[in-house]
Amino acid sequence: MLKKLALAATLALAPVSGAFAAGASGEVTNYDFSFEGAFGTFDQAQLQRGLQVYTQVCSACHGMQYVPLRTLSAEDGPGMPEDQVRAYAEQFFEVYDDELEDFRPARPTDHFPANTAAGAPDLSMMAKARAGFHGPYGLGINQFFKGMGGPEYIASLLAGYTGEEKEEAGVILYENKAFPGGWISMGPPLYGDDVEFSDGTEATIEQQSQDVAAFLMWAAEPKLMARKQAGFVGVVFLTILSVLLYLTNKRLWAPVKARAKD
Amino acid sequence: MSGIPHDHYEPSSNGEKWLHSRLPIVGLMYDTLMIPTPKNLNWMWIWGIVLAFCLALQIITGIVLVMHYTPHVDLAFGSIEHIMRNVNGGAMLRYLHMNGASLFFVAVYAHIFRGLYYGSYKAPREITWIIGMLIYLLMMGTAFMGYVLPWGQMSFWGATVITGLFGAIPFIGESIQTWLLGGPAVDNATLNRFFSLHYLLPFVIAGLVIVHIWAFHTTGNNNPTGVEVRRTSKADAEKDTLPFWPYFVIKDLFALAVILVVFFAVVGFMPNYLGHPDNYIEANPLVTPAHIVPEWYFLPFYAILRAFDGDVWVVIAASFLTGGIVDAKFFGVLAMFGAIVVMALVPWLDTSSVRSGRYRPMFKWWFWLFVVNFFVLMWVGAMPAEGIYPYIALIGSTYWFAYFLVILPLLGVLEKPLPQPDTIEDDFKANYGKSSTKEGAPAATPAE
Repeated sequence: MLKKLALAATLALAPVSGAFAAGASGEVTNYDFSFEGAFGTFDQAQLQRGLQVYTQVCSACHGMQYVPLRTLSAEDGPGMPEDQVRAYAEQFFEVYDDELEDFRPARPTDHFPANTAAGAPDLSMMAKARAGFHGPYGLGINQFFKGMGGPEYIASLLAGYTGEEKEEAGVILYENKAFPGGWISMGPPLYGDDVEFSDGTEATIEQQSQDVAAFLMWAAEPKLMARKQAGFVGVVFLTILSVLLYLTNKRLWAPVKARAKD
Repeated sequence: MSGIPHDHYEPSSNGEKWLHSRLPIVGLMYDTLMIPTPKNLNWMWIWGIVLAFCLALQIITGIVLVMHYTPHVDLAFGSIEHIMRNVNGGAMLRYLHMNGASLFFVAVYAHIFRGLYYGSYKAPREITWIIGMLIYLLMMGTAFMGYVLPWGQMSFWGATVITGLFGAIPFIGESIQTWLLGGPAVDNATLNRFFSLHYLLPFVIAGLVIVHIWAFHTTGNNNPTGVEVRRTSKADAEKDTLPFWPYFVIKDLFALAVILVVFFAVVGFMPNYLGHPDNYIEANPLVTPAHIVPEWYFLPFYAILRAFDGDVWVVIAASFLTGGIVDAKFFGVLAMFGAIVVMALVPWLDTSSVRSGRYRPMFKWWFWLFVVNFFVLMWVGAMPAEGIYPYIALIGSTYWFAYFLVILPLLGVLEKPLPQPDTIEDDFKANYGKSSTKEGAPAATPAE
């Protein structure tokens, strides 16, 4: 029903703005992620694979300064054992310590380091800071059915390089189907088999793109599962309350309405 | 308190008498809760309770959020993430507060449209209406300043654009803008004063809400017929009314619970649907977002603001007549605030002696066109100001002003109203009395 209504509304408005439809939005694939929908949950193995891609590829240029390393052990997140998190933090990241006045290996209590070296944006909230789906015509219907599309945008972008490149004002730009405008200054980060997944999953470009997109969604929204659960409980209890209040109201008004018949 | 005759509180025990002769607080609560309420109120009369709930929700969640928030340009964005990640239940609190603002505006627009359709603003309820408009203005100010606090890109650029409107005032505009911002541009001083006012204004709103309720408890509620409750005797009044408790409290709570089911679904499953992705990027004065778009509830007025560019003949005329003092930018600002001013003045612009739109055959059409126009303006406010959109915005803005300044004054003269029921009791009986099905009447009058 809702879909039909949406379709009707879309068709009704279609002639209004052909010009805007040809705007600069890129092609974003509507991937099926496990965390979508009212009951969607993170796939722990996928988050761990995504973390591996972030660590071995993305983190060379991109920081993630708002995400505490300790949250990698979260049950409804990547769920790594605490000693493994400690070892991981020490092995891969260094942070500046104000007391030591020097760099030291990271601990679980630290955040992922910021990284502004290459001018690359921080990835902490990237999956919420981009919308993969728009409109149509500013109506928000696509986002209602498909979601905001942040992780879809990230996955599409990473898998969207065509191999073409050009130089503009001394900067090399790479053609990318998902990027608004079509040309992006970030070089293709993935070529296939960039990491070796310990669970034996084949590290194709598509696989790595989707895994790191899922991981970044967790990084941006670590309380996603708790939130959905709270929402579900709220909806169930308020529905029960609504039914009870409906019956109370009906009974309360029945004599008043009966008297109106006299 | 009410002019409708009804039973008042009588202290019975000695303790009650002692208190009542010193502070009649129980009597005040009794009279407020037991106020005679027209028994034919339909489902559009439930928004007041929803609004009261929203104010309480925003104040309670807001007070807890403030315990973890830091109003400083370098720390604000991070402190929001601290709330989202480290504070127990923090993500839920913040999403409730964010979406609570949207629910607040959904309810206030429904409440205002109900008042416009049923003529709730007409004598003797003008003061209730004016206080309501003041509350609405304060709500907009509070919501706008609240949106700045997370210090994301849209926060920063929204603040820059909106405070820039004051800069359009001739001669003194730039001084006012600097005074408001606490400096030449949106910066730490701006964030601090917005934070202070965002905390203060909800309590001012709460005070005005009490005055709003006081005012309509003095005049009595309007109702779908617009016919007044009979005040000739207590017995007559009781035929038209029922006490607020329990009849309307239970009815309103039922409606509130249904609305909260939808609200919780939004908060739980799509909390960022009504927000803007750019606000998850920290404010950066050096990077302007591609489209600066306000929150959805400001969009109709944003459309009116942008509708009057330098090519519109009234703008050219205004500029010519004032020797260039009123330019296109200032004209847009005047139009935006004027749109709310004409709405506030509607008690004196509507010349019809009939209160309810139900008995006004011509008015109905213009009213529903006004509602459709509101949504068209909302939509066009979110679109870029290019192509056909500015023309749609201009037509919509013109209709907004024409509705209040031309159509409503003329309709009162031209329109031949339909016959109204003599009493509220008659209307109630017409609804529930003639039904002959076994189940009896439908559970409710449909919202009109």
